Amino acid sequence: MSRYFTRLKKRRVYSWIGGPSFIDRKLKHMFYEGLCIKTDGNTNTGCIRPGHYILIEGDEDRSYVAKLLKLYDDGTGTRSSKHAEVQWFVRFHEVPQNKRKRLGRDPHPNEVFLYEIPNCDSDIDAETIITTVQVQHLEENSPFPAAQSQENSLYVKLSWDGKSFSPVNLDLLLQSGGKPVLPASSHTDSLPKPDLDVSRGLAVDSPSRPTRSARQQHSSTSKYSQSKELSDRQPSNVISTPTARKKLQLSNSVKPPGSKLTRDDVLAELLDEDRAVSSLEAEVTRRRALASKPSSSPSKKPRDLCISLSPIRGGQITQDHQLANGTQIGPRLQPEELVKRTLKRESRAESTEGETPSKRKDSIKIDAPLDILIEDGGEVGGPVVAVTPRSRRKSAQVSSARIQQQLNYLNRKQSTDFDVDDDEEDVFLPTKKDLKSSSEEESESVTGRRGSRSAVPRTPRSSRKAPSRTPAKTPNKTPRRTPSKTPVPRTPRTPRHATPSIPSRTQPTRKPGNVLEEARARLHVSSVPESLPCREQEFQDIFNFVESKVMDGTGGCMYISGVPGTGKTATVHEVIRCLHHAAEQDELPSFCFIEINGMKMTAPHQAYVQILQMLTGQKATAEHAAALLEKRFSTPAPKRETTVLLVDELDLLWTRKQNVMYNLFDWPTRRQAKLVVLAIANTMDLPERIMINRVASRLGLTRMSFQPYSYKQLQQIITSRLNRVRAFEDDALQLVSRKVAALSGDARRCLDICRRATEICEFSSQRSGSGLVAMSHVMEALDEMFSSPYITAIRCASVQEQIFLKAVIAEFRRLGLEEATFQQVFRQHLALCRVEGLSPVCMSEGLTTCLRLGACRLLLLESSHRDLHLRVRLNVSQDDVLYALKEG
Amino acid sequence: MLRERFCHQKIPGKPFGVESQHKIFNICSTHIRMEDDSNANVLVPSHDKAIPGDRSSSRPVVFILDEFDLFAHHKNQTLLYNLFDVSQSAQTPVAVIGLTCRLDVLELLEKRVKSRFSHRQIHLLSSFRFKQYLEIFKMQLSLPEDFTDRRFAEEWNQNIKSLCEDRSVEDVLQKHFCSSKDFRSLHMLLMLALSRVTVSHPAIKPTDLLEASRLCTMDSKANILHGLSVLELCLIIAMKHLSDIYDGEPFNFQMVHNEFQKFIQRKSHSVHNFEKPVVIKAFEHLHQLELIKPMEGPSVRTQKEYQLVKLLLDNSQIMDALQKYPQCPTDVKQWATSAFG
Repeated sequence: MSRYFTRLKKRRVYSWIGGPSFIDRKLKHMFYEGLCIKTDGNTNTGCIRPGHYILIEGDEDRSYVAKLLKLYDDGTGTRSSKHAEVQWFVRFHEVPQNKRKRLGRDPHPNEVFLYEIPNCDSDIDAETIITTVQVQHLEENSPFPAAQSQENSLYVKLSWDGKSFSPVNLDLLLQSGGKPVLPASSHTDSLPKPDLDVSRGLAVDSPSRPTRSARQQHSSTSKYSQSKELSDRQPSNVISTPTARKKLQLSNSVKPPGSKLTRDDVLAELLDEDRAVSSLEAEVTRRRALASKPSSSPSKKPRDLCISLSPIRGGQITQDHQLANGTQIGPRLQPEELVKRTLKRESRAESTEGETPSKRKDSIKIDAPLDILIEDGGEVGGPVVAVTPRSRRKSAQVSSARIQQQLNYLNRKQSTDFDVDDDEEDVFLPTKKDLKSSSEEESESVTGRRGSRSAVPRTPRSSRKAPSRTPAKTPNKTPRRTPSKTPVPRTPRTPRHATPSIPSRTQPTRKPGNVLEEARARLHVSSVPESLPCREQEFQDIFNFVESKVMDGTGGCMYISGVPGTGKTATVHEVIRCLHHAAEQDELPSFCFIEINGMKMTAPHQAYVQILQMLTGQKATAEHAAALLEKRFSTPAPKRETTVLLVDELDLLWTRKQNVMYNLFDWPTRRQAKLVVLAIANTMDLPERIMINRVASRLGLTRMSFQPYSYKQLQQIITSRLNRVRAFEDDALQLVSRKVAALSGDARRCLDICRRATEICEFSSQRSGSGLVAMSHVMEALDEMFSSPYITAIRCASVQEQIFLKAVIAEFRRLGLEEATFQQVFRQHLALCRVEGLSPVCMSEGLTTCLRLGACRLLLLESSHRDLHLRVRLNVSQDDVLYALKEG
Repeated sequence: MLRERFCHQKIPGKPFGVESQHKIFNICSTHIRMEDDSNANVLVPSHDKAIPGDRSSSRPVVFILDEFDLFAHHKNQTLLYNLFDVSQSAQTPVAVIGLTCRLDVLELLEKRVKSRFSHRQIHLLSSFRFKQYLEIFKMQLSLPEDFTDRRFAEEWNQNIKSLCEDRSVEDVLQKHFCSSKDFRSLHMLLMLALSRVTVSHPAIKPTDLLEASRLCTMDSKANILHGLSVLELCLIIAMKHLSDIYDGEPFNFQMVHNEFQKFIQRKSHSVHNFEKPVVIKAFEHLHQLELIKPMEGPSVRTQKEYQLVKLLLDNSQIMDALQKYPQCPTDVKQWATSAFG
């Protein structure tokens, strides 16, 4: 990773070069040709022009790389009025850690990747620009130059779209690569005709409009905000005053000028020709309004709804220099999608017409559906939202349907994963597997098969732990997981560091042999079931909450409370699993999930260290980590994906000044943080009880409490876990669930009892027939777990111990108190010995007896150095003691 | 010669035998244990094999936490929480076994830790009767079949057998059984008896056991009293009176000294009137013997004479000691028995 370009600490002075080259009167934006940077104590000034590659102040002392597209001033006159429009590049270390493996090789220290993730904010404060930098495009297979000599140049080979690395479109890079291209240099292009109102043509031409729009919206990962901003501030060198002409730009259709005509282009061109010059003025204004609206919910809007408006300038608009520089690179399109988009494509083929450099074509791209929408619904924003198939506030049915769909997906997946790919097993596992069939299949790879089969319930967990697993999934990995790759239980997230590993077992795990063993395996708490019954509503609420935040790219907090064993953590994990799945299917922007647990840290401040390490892989002290995180969450980083942070056992993060909790809840409120915090604790009133006001206020009121399970729910949980394995009598199940529901409603306890009951059943059925767990077995298990051991313990005590207990009670009665000194009790003890006809014991013996009773906590004692005067109390009720002694 | 060698071998060999037998005992039988009451919390017992996934690859780990209750006193019980959490999750298979003598250990667990605990409890209580106790006694003392000197082993075992049938031995054991059922005290008794075995005295006799039992049940403080000087004894008696008068309230040296002076002046004929520093010295000696205990900690600096102390002896102990004290002056005895100074 390159750390060469650390941030300049010197103060820099920024000034525009020359006057505004173009003024957007509507937005009061003034576009400039260049920016002059003067560093203190340095006489030479650097000039930056659109097309240059630049370094931008970043977080963690690493600068960002980007290509400058436009420079403009928003006219507010404030210090941060200078803005720049950029195309981002990412360095390797900015790629989320769990996805770095996908590069498949070691990155060159000076390597950068074209950033193709949509909907990232490409508008930056121009005063964060540090300097220019060289970026060279290399062929994918060509070696990196021996670059040590040239520290200041970066290389780009691949592009990164948030999921995978792919070769950069050569055309684009040829346009954009190499030396900075000045806007007005060679690529002058123009539209053959003035832009037409696409809507008209399309409204007629495309009968399949609704489906198309739906599909486009489906892949709603548009660079909406970016393109919108682009449209807001058209930088141009155009001298002519803008006329009232609109320009709609489809941000993702990037065609380098001069490239060959594709079918798409031709089609698009045809469409263009159909456009009427005099477009609907009303629409223009409306669209302009839309475009200039603040980016309230950019990610939600489909890409194709992005409209860039700009004044019409005599048919030529200076847009294509951006395009020529390959800066507006939308998400890579799938081939079929390309075809679908043809209608909206705009041809750039004739862009090299004899136009003056300053006069550029005004590209208009209008999505047909949008126009329809605009025409139909008077208000622009409303219908757009309405059509979005996945509106944020989905109804419960919709998302539960999707959950169902995912389950189906997993089911489908199972058959392929099962034998083909061991690596895949980690991520997608069959949810249900007929045990019989699996056991009858080939015995060749017993362990492997079992791994896949038995791993079924683990699915959510494994996908959740994808980051830790990825390193193990190298292609050269042996099919069977080797023991050394098994992470140590409590350091699952640091696989890259050498961790001590647990040796492999010498024998393969035994398969559950009979129904009871199978049931026991299923009832183990660790085996996560296919679904979480009885928590549908909570699931839905959390799901909606996180999903909306992820989609909006905003932050938020949620507090989840509930007594232990009510499925809080499991539900959140399930939600994350579903969201991850959705993200994989492009229904959601990708996000990263971090989990910390107050119980798994030695001190509250370790939270910072853990979060930082999981976010960036860096190791730092708590203080340093806090500073780095603070910086990270407060500096704008448009490329950052949303972080979902699960804070389990929140109450343990309490400190006297509460600064850990304060920060955890303060970060999500920052605009740039994109942090969603889900805090889990046991008590409902935790915010009121232990948090000071400013912390509680930041936590907000998004709360959820998990009620203890009722007996019906517990019953349902067991039944769903058993999943057709018939091991329990119905009555027995009901008894367990009623008993547990009456006590605590703790599902873990319920499962434990059931497991114990199966053991008892198994043990007894070795002697006598029936294999089902019956009432008697459950009763026995309940007795074992809930009966107090005191009475048995008293009965098994020695005679002297029993007499001592009697003496204690006698002395209590005499004193009328619940406390006596050893001396007093011992006198009673001697008297009782005489009554019982036993030889009296000496003081030393009496004291040992007393201490022995104290050790097993039948008595509560002071520390024994008080000798005669140590005070004695009973830890059991007097009645219990008397009862136990009477029987014995 | 041969015999002597074996005997010497036997003496160190025997306790070892006892220990190892005891060890095996511990493992094999569940109902006999040195702790009279041991409460083992077993988590995920032997279920690792049935636990899916990753677990198949890594070897199951068993954690045994002895004195489990003390782990519960660690800050936040994080260790227990994490161990239990691992045992309940699909990570490396882990079994946690906690051993403790406390019956109320579950109440020590925090609720989130408790929720993760499997609630498997095995209580090892010594619920055997005296007959079994005798059997255990015999088994513990018997030599194994493969003992080097077969003849000696036979003789020894024969002797043990007869020992079990001896009336006095049974009485000793009965008394021991009454006071405590646990193995540790039995071993203590047997060790004391065994240590009397020498070359010239090659077998355990009932008297050895009686002597051992006497040693076991001896009152340590009464023994200390036997070794005190008359002056110290007088001080103890003065303190006893003070305790009686003030009903167990603490007193200081000055009070004791006053009481002692009264005794000297009024009744004593045989006891010298010691100088005050001598009395202080005697008082400090009692303190060193822990027969008296200061009320405040050592940090509190008060003048020695006025430091509040309490007597750690019961009246009965003092009286017993006086009876046995060799050549105790009669006036001292009388003073002790008189109700008030």
